[in-house]
Amino acid sequence: MKRLYSVLVENRSGVLSKVAGLFSRRMFNIDSLAVGETDDPNVSCITIVSSGEKNTLEQIEKQLNKKIDVIKIKTFNEEESISRELILVKVKYNKSTRREIMEICEILNASIVDMSKGLLTIQLCDTPERTKLLIQMLASISIVEVARTGVLALQKCSLSD
Amino acid sequence: MLGADAMARCLVKEGVRVVFGYPGVAICPFFNSMLSVDIDRVLVRTEQNAAHMASGYARISGEVGVCVATSGPGATNLITGIATAYADSIPLVCITGQVDSGQLGSDVFQEADITGAVESFVKYSYLVKDVEDIPRIFKEAFHIASTGRRGPVLIDVPIDIQNASISRFVYPDEVNLRTYKPTVKGHTVQMKKVIKAISRSERPIICVGGGVLLSNAASEVSDFAHKYGIPVVSTLMGISVMPTDDPLYFGMVGNNGKSYANRAMNESDLIIMIGARVADRAISQPDLIMDNTVLVHIDVDPAEIGKNVGPHIPLVGDIKAIFEEITKYEAQCDCSEWVKTLSDYKAAEKSRKKPREGFVDPAVFIAMLSDRLKDDAIYVADVGQNQMWSCGYHKVKKGRFLTSGGMGTMGYSIPAAIGARAAAKDRQIVAVCGDGSFQMSMMELATMQQHKLPVKIIIFHNGYLGLVREYQYNVYKGHYSVVDLSGSPDFGKIAGAYGIPFYRMDDMKDAGKILDEFLASDDPALMEIMIDPLDVVK
Repeated sequence: MKRLYSVLVENRSGVLSKVAGLFSRRMFNIDSLAVGETDDPNVSCITIVSSGEKNTLEQIEKQLNKKIDVIKIKTFNEEESISRELILVKVKYNKSTRREIMEICEILNASIVDMSKGLLTIQLCDTPERTKLLIQMLASISIVEVARTGVLALQKCSLSD
Repeated sequence: MLGADAMARCLVKEGVRVVFGYPGVAICPFFNSMLSVDIDRVLVRTEQNAAHMASGYARISGEVGVCVATSGPGATNLITGIATAYADSIPLVCITGQVDSGQLGSDVFQEADITGAVESFVKYSYLVKDVEDIPRIFKEAFHIASTGRRGPVLIDVPIDIQNASISRFVYPDEVNLRTYKPTVKGHTVQMKKVIKAISRSERPIICVGGGVLLSNAASEVSDFAHKYGIPVVSTLMGISVMPTDDPLYFGMVGNNGKSYANRAMNESDLIIMIGARVADRAISQPDLIMDNTVLVHIDVDPAEIGKNVGPHIPLVGDIKAIFEEITKYEAQCDCSEWVKTLSDYKAAEKSRKKPREGFVDPAVFIAMLSDRLKDDAIYVADVGQNQMWSCGYHKVKKGRFLTSGGMGTMGYSIPAAIGARAAAKDRQIVAVCGDGSFQMSMMELATMQQHKLPVKIIIFHNGYLGLVREYQYNVYKGHYSVVDLSGSPDFGKIAGAYGIPFYRMDDMKDAGKILDEFLASDDPALMEIMIDPLDVVK
């Protein structure tokens, strides 16, 4: 089971390491982790995607809540969230593969943001499934390097909001 | 006023009566400022024991224990003591000196990243970066340590911050932490559910843990049990919630506990766990007992609920507050038949196999010792066979039983007893340890003598690390590896070297007379009792 945790924390030094340390000490999984300041410079948001049994996923929330630097935790399933990930993929190309790479980019709405004689850098900001798909499609062509932000997520707006 | 003066003033404001510590250059400004305040300073002989002394002090006084060390090795030596306190939820404030803040991160002499190192053993930690923050940080640290689930808090203060001038010292009246608001009052709906469950139950049992003592709720919980005649068992940390001879008390559970206590848990239809975390040594297979019983779990820490076992009725809050409230509701409960069944189990308990002649029988010895102790005596057990025998045979009257339960830290008893003495100068205090654990903290005999904090110390001498030897006997067919304590000193000479009266008991002959002499005065005394090297707990 996957679960997303949007953890608002005090923007102080050492807080990320405390949160990450909690996961390693208690054997909780981190599938992805992303950190950034919120609109309030005193508050950071750590977005964590984790997976495990129901009981473990509950413990993650409770243990996070015990951390004194944690202000608030919002937790939701994938389907209740809008989640996005930004990835950059550097691929090797030649005459025979260039066309195919461009077609993949076109189909997946990815853009080519840098190139040289033998290398292309592709950017995609999309759902985790689509970013994964891009990597899968390019894997057979020769990926040189991949950088990704990790998943960012917010709860879906409901009609009553 | 300097930062160091402010630190000392903060301790005065918190009502601190004693600090246990060991100086070094990086904490010297603080110790210098301590000269001008009326707080006792106890010099320990190694920093780990400063934390244990603070722990013993906190558990007896109900206050926050304070220990102090310098940067680098001083701070890292504290860690085992901090982890021990964390495992048993003991409120401590640990103050460490740190190198100059401008040099942090450059690996200068005696620099250690102590806040990083203790992260998983503290409730919270601070690295002070601005001298003006000192009053707020100290206020918060004492508040965090002593509320909710108690625990150690560390404050690391660089030497330049201690030496910096603070513009204005104002100690805050209140703590304003938006992220920390522990639940105190229990939820009414949940409390009603507990009452209903008791009314439905025929064989209820209350299992008390250390949380009951930490919340100072022993009498409330005991009164509740007596109101309905519900039998009570305890975990290791819950010993001394009830007097041992209370007709409703059925001993300690777990793999080192009483068989009738475990039977009571297995056969009950309602288990009320109070301030216990359902750890492996108390309840090894929580799923099994869950099959045909209703489980109520009462704890101040919501994360304990459902961590090791998923209860049917969770109830979060301060135990004292909950039992002051819950007693206002009425349940229908008659479990006199059930108590009778348990009493029969207890009466049928086979006594321990007699050890060989020519040695002291630890079970008989502990029973004789308990009989002679004052009603409110404090009994501190170390870790190992001495501890298991102590929880099996020590009879608590109105006193306290202290030990390192969660961490099982050897060498805890002597420093914890000295710390307890600092909190209760008029109470009788006995530390019971093995010849292994004694040698882990015998340097503190000097601290005891220097600061006139006398305790009675009993060494169970069997020449082995007994509990490990027993384990190797059972699991490795008696192939003993690195458990032989040959080379131990003559404990009589050790006592003599420190100027402490010494007693030795070779066998059960004259045991009563020797014990009477040993306990006669309030002076410190050391007794060595000779145990069969091959004696086992069970």
